[in-house]
Amino acid sequence: MAPIHAHTVLVVAAILFVLGLAGVLTRKNILFMLLSVEIMLNSAGLAFVAAGARWQQPDGQIMYLFILAMAAAEVSVALALVVQIHHQRKSLDIDQLKELKD
Amino acid sequence: MPILFYISSLVAILATIMVITRYHPIHALLYLIVSFMAIAVTFLSMGAPFAAALEVIIYAGAIMVLFIFVVMMLNLGKQTAQQEKEWLQPRVWLWPSVLTLVLLAEMIVLLLRPSPTDMPAVAVDARQISLSLYGEYIIAVELVGFLLMTGIVGAAHIGKQRKKSLHRFLQTTTT
Repeated sequence: MAPIHAHTVLVVAAILFVLGLAGVLTRKNILFMLLSVEIMLNSAGLAFVAAGARWQQPDGQIMYLFILAMAAAEVSVALALVVQIHHQRKSLDIDQLKELKD
Repeated sequence: MPILFYISSLVAILATIMVITRYHPIHALLYLIVSFMAIAVTFLSMGAPFAAALEVIIYAGAIMVLFIFVVMMLNLGKQTAQQEKEWLQPRVWLWPSVLTLVLLAEMIVLLLRPSPTDMPAVAVDARQISLSLYGEYIIAVELVGFLLMTGIVGAAHIGKQRKKSLHRFLQTTTT
């Protein structure tokens, strides 16, 4: 059976990244925007793992580990912000936060 | 196993499309868990079993459970789904989707231009990863420790339930 091409994996990662980007651009709910950011981070990790598997080196999976730790820290802080915004404004609309600019 | 890779990447893309089109937050979260598990199978078929295990344990296990806890805590139910349905009109999502599709087409054309190279089917196991992680990447591991600690402190500080906090110019000073 034919082996996987390295380009196929990168195309899959690109499709997932673009789906996450479309989610960030079109959604107005902060929770859905965070989910889309997670999709984008995960597709970047997929590209790293593919590169590591292409060259038979462990560095790709190590970079994936660092992306994972960064995503965990980002999600904990962002979810705390979401809880705080919902507590203060009773809504998750991103447009309601525009008065933050003063 | 290439057939595993193709099936699971198709499942991942379909589940991700379902995530960004759902109205109810819990449905989107469950589809996202499906997408992460499909990506874990993709990792396994590329010869990265350690990354596949971490994907299931940390992404689908820990981070998504955090999201589900927050959705349950905020009590986002039918009302939120209704509001999402009002927000997600075609005139809102059409043009950003078209523009990102154009970007995707450009990127695919760029990726497919050079001649294809095959992936070697040899697994990189956890022993090699851990030897490299605690050898040449030890400074990065310590920096990730700092990052996680600042994450904990930041989440604990931001998530504290306070009274409604106004800007200091808006507060009426009674002293």
